[in-house]
Amino acid sequence: MEKQKEPAIVEFHKVCKAYVKPSGEPLPVLKDIDIYLTEGEILGVLGRSGCGKSTLLRITGGLIEPTSGQVLYRGVPLVSPAEGIAMVFQTFALYPWLTVLGNVELGLDALGLPVDEARQRANTAIDLIGLDGFQSAYPRELSGGMRQRVGFARAIVSRPTLLLMDEPFSALDVLTAETLRTDFLDLWTTHQLPTKAVLMVTHNIEEAVLMCDRILVLGSNPGHIAAEVPVSLPQPRNRLDAAFHAIVDEIYSILTSRMTEAIATQSQVHSGLMQILSPISISRIAGFVETLSAPPYEGHAELSKIARPLALEVNDLFPIAAALHILEFAELKGGSIKLTAAGRVFVESGTEERKQLFREHLVRFVPLAAHIRQVLEERASHEAPRERFEFELQDHLNQMEAATTLSAVIDWGRYAELFTYDDRRQTFGLDHFFQK
Amino acid sequence: MEHHAEVLTGGKWHQQIPSWRDFAAMLLILGIVILLGIGARQMVAPFVPAHPPEISLSPSQLPLYTLRTVIRMLAALVASLVFTFTYATLAAKSRRAEMVLIPILDVLQSVPILGYLSFTVLFFVSLFPGNVLGAELATIFAIFTSQAWNMAFSFYQSLRTVPHDLDEASRSFRDSAWQRFWRLEVPFAMPGLIWNMMMSMSGGWFFVVAAEAISVGDFKIALPGVGSYVARAIEQRDLGAIGWAIAAMTIAIVIYDQLLFRPMVAWADKFRFEQTAAQTVPKSWVLELFRRSRLMKGLSEPVGMTLYRAARFPLVLPGRLPRWSPPRRAVDVIWYALLLAGIAYVSWMILQYARSALSWDDVRTAASDGILTLARVVVLIAIASIVWVPIGVAVGLRPKLTEIIQPIAQFLAAFPANLLFPLAVYLIIRFHLSTEIWLSPLMILGAQWYILFNVIAGATAFPSDFREAAASFRVRPWHWWRYVMLPGIFPYYVTGALTAAGGAWNASIVSEAVRWGSTKLSASGLGAYIAQMTEAGDYPRIALGIAVMSMLVIIMNRLLWRPLYRFAELRTRLD
Repeated sequence: MEKQKEPAIVEFHKVCKAYVKPSGEPLPVLKDIDIYLTEGEILGVLGRSGCGKSTLLRITGGLIEPTSGQVLYRGVPLVSPAEGIAMVFQTFALYPWLTVLGNVELGLDALGLPVDEARQRANTAIDLIGLDGFQSAYPRELSGGMRQRVGFARAIVSRPTLLLMDEPFSALDVLTAETLRTDFLDLWTTHQLPTKAVLMVTHNIEEAVLMCDRILVLGSNPGHIAAEVPVSLPQPRNRLDAAFHAIVDEIYSILTSRMTEAIATQSQVHSGLMQILSPISISRIAGFVETLSAPPYEGHAELSKIARPLALEVNDLFPIAAALHILEFAELKGGSIKLTAAGRVFVESGTEERKQLFREHLVRFVPLAAHIRQVLEERASHEAPRERFEFELQDHLNQMEAATTLSAVIDWGRYAELFTYDDRRQTFGLDHFFQK
Repeated sequence: MEHHAEVLTGGKWHQQIPSWRDFAAMLLILGIVILLGIGARQMVAPFVPAHPPEISLSPSQLPLYTLRTVIRMLAALVASLVFTFTYATLAAKSRRAEMVLIPILDVLQSVPILGYLSFTVLFFVSLFPGNVLGAELATIFAIFTSQAWNMAFSFYQSLRTVPHDLDEASRSFRDSAWQRFWRLEVPFAMPGLIWNMMMSMSGGWFFVVAAEAISVGDFKIALPGVGSYVARAIEQRDLGAIGWAIAAMTIAIVIYDQLLFRPMVAWADKFRFEQTAAQTVPKSWVLELFRRSRLMKGLSEPVGMTLYRAARFPLVLPGRLPRWSPPRRAVDVIWYALLLAGIAYVSWMILQYARSALSWDDVRTAASDGILTLARVVVLIAIASIVWVPIGVAVGLRPKLTEIIQPIAQFLAAFPANLLFPLAVYLIIRFHLSTEIWLSPLMILGAQWYILFNVIAGATAFPSDFREAAASFRVRPWHWWRYVMLPGIFPYYVTGALTAAGGAWNASIVSEAVRWGSTKLSASGLGAYIAQMTEAGDYPRIALGIAVMSMLVIIMNRLLWRPLYRFAELRTRLD
């Protein structure tokens, strides 16, 4: 590795993390992660949910130990939460029985400071983060935005060198999130924070481009660094800037191309049983297709453009797009999505025709659905336990992927009236009305 | 009278006069301290077993008796807390300890309380020969056994369900185990723990009568207290004295509820985990008094600060112990081997002991008696459900009525129903009724209220839009019960019925064999069996009876209540 000028705050060398499945097999979550985080940098880790980005952050925080590889914090191996690293949580993680002041002082507990000094430092942090006057309030009395401010104050009160942020704005509404982001960036760019570097995990592409100096795009299964995108725009950044847009689009096309590749390979090997599906409700699919076919898109849109008016984040948008791509109602290509002929027919059809069309596509493009139907038809009882398919799937997928895939197929199969499913008995069946 | 400027402007001078609140709070504290002192001094008096202090039936003695009983109960509560903090913490923190401790707790919980008494009293008395303290300890221990288990369970459950993000926050701020315990785990467990403490205190009253007037075989002792007072009144057939005892207990329950539990509940409201503001905030005038009184604030602040410092103190072992972690598998194997060896040894011991003292006939008698009592419990729970579920729903759907009825139901659940037993004996003799049938209702007398107040709580929590939907679709009455209301209150009902069944089992020992003066009535059943064997001091058969009862309770929990709980959980969730 070439020597960089800035000293490293955190270094990852070939870090891997695998959990152990109940069956005893390893379940890899992160593979060969190399990170070099320098002073004065905000590094973003971007990826869809389930790609291991939270695990990566928790490894940096010393909360989880990696399976192999090495993590260095200022040149020293990191084994447990270290002094100088503080974390901001997605869910705020405030103690409901402590006041704002109490919660902030909690960040100082481990330092064992005298009570007076702790109180003074807590008050300074509260002041800085814009919470003055709320010291005696309990978290339940505060709005989401104010709660996360407490989360920030609690993190910076110990004057950490490295600040870890776990999707800190994703539990907030759009306006509040924007205010909080701007306030944080103000403090950061004017060097009012004692912090030297920030590692932020997010699934919001625009947020990453707005805040970070460098973005690591994480691919999934297992999580690995798919691309590194430097953002050299000066702060404060403007979302309407053409350069800003170019970066956002670039990231979108990186993510979509990886997704379409994955879909293509998954449906080709192991008779299609490796295909991972997310349970996207039919109404979301229909709603998205209808929006896409209507003006101004007329059947073709860039993902970054259609995401905003629908108020969809990557976590919501990509699974819908993937589902449409798999079912061939739309096609993903280079960061944009295009309705297929079948997709147009779907939009213009009535309820019954839609079901018919959906059913045809489901059988053709989702091998698991076709497989379940076939098994049910072959059996004399026209019934089959869920377990049977679960085991088959688990040959190729991990337990959670198998569960989500199965629940997606159940939902789609029920809508298409391809089969029935009784959750209490955990059994698939054929309704005799459906048999033709 | 001169008007000082400071007074008019509400300046500092005005702030410094002690207000009526200060005096009231002061009086309250001094009163409690003096009372506790009086009660405690007599507990360590020398004592000669041959001449136990005579229990007087004069009502003038009752306040002091009641005081001593309450002190015993509070002492047992403190002991239960200590037990909870250690036992449950160990079980929650160590996987290996959990394997042993939780099943043990399950069994301990199912053992009828009187069972502990007969086995431990001699041990405690022998600890302090010639001093009343030994007998006091035995009584406190008996009360402790009626209080500790559910508290430990609740605390263990809470420790297991500490929200993941709070746990991570605590770890990432590098809290030591000590800091975590006091700053995160105990506060999180607090609401459940306080609720269980209140339940425990109620449960304790029921057995005070038995615990204070201990008689196992030839060994008889009556410690001054309400329980002994009642026992004596029963012996003397003094209905008036029973009335006085009921009055004294009622007053005592109201007083400690107001002075201890109300303030605790109101204070602990901040530990509720929900992030939303509650509609009804519990209030307590005592807590208000202390919060508003400046004097009390001044006095309590140093105490609070010390506790705060103690909780914050980063207590860690000096110098990290070198981390030597042997392979998990190996330790597991050794641990399992030790467990198996222990179990085998204990089983062998019990078998040896049982073989020498018991015959198969004894086992058969105990088992058939057990079936009888089981049948009683099942029938009584069914009857109580048929009576109280409709009433509970009717009350719960009317907020005004609920406000009045709910505290009464909770009070009745706390009230020791065995005080009413003499009345039952009188009625049975007077009308020549069958003891087999008419002694049974006594078992459910105290326990039925759990069904009532849980159903009320369920009906109160029933979403009003569900009710409105049912009303707007004009759902027919039968369907309304079958498809709307009963599924809605089901989880609450299961909780109530489970508690009631536990109470009924426990009560069977005192209610299947009752006496009024020299008249003894008994129904055949496991409770009567244990009671008679205790009277005879026949330890092997007491143990047998208790073992059979524990087994029946555990089987009932496993085969009936747990599946019902799971069913309720599954079916009444929307997501």
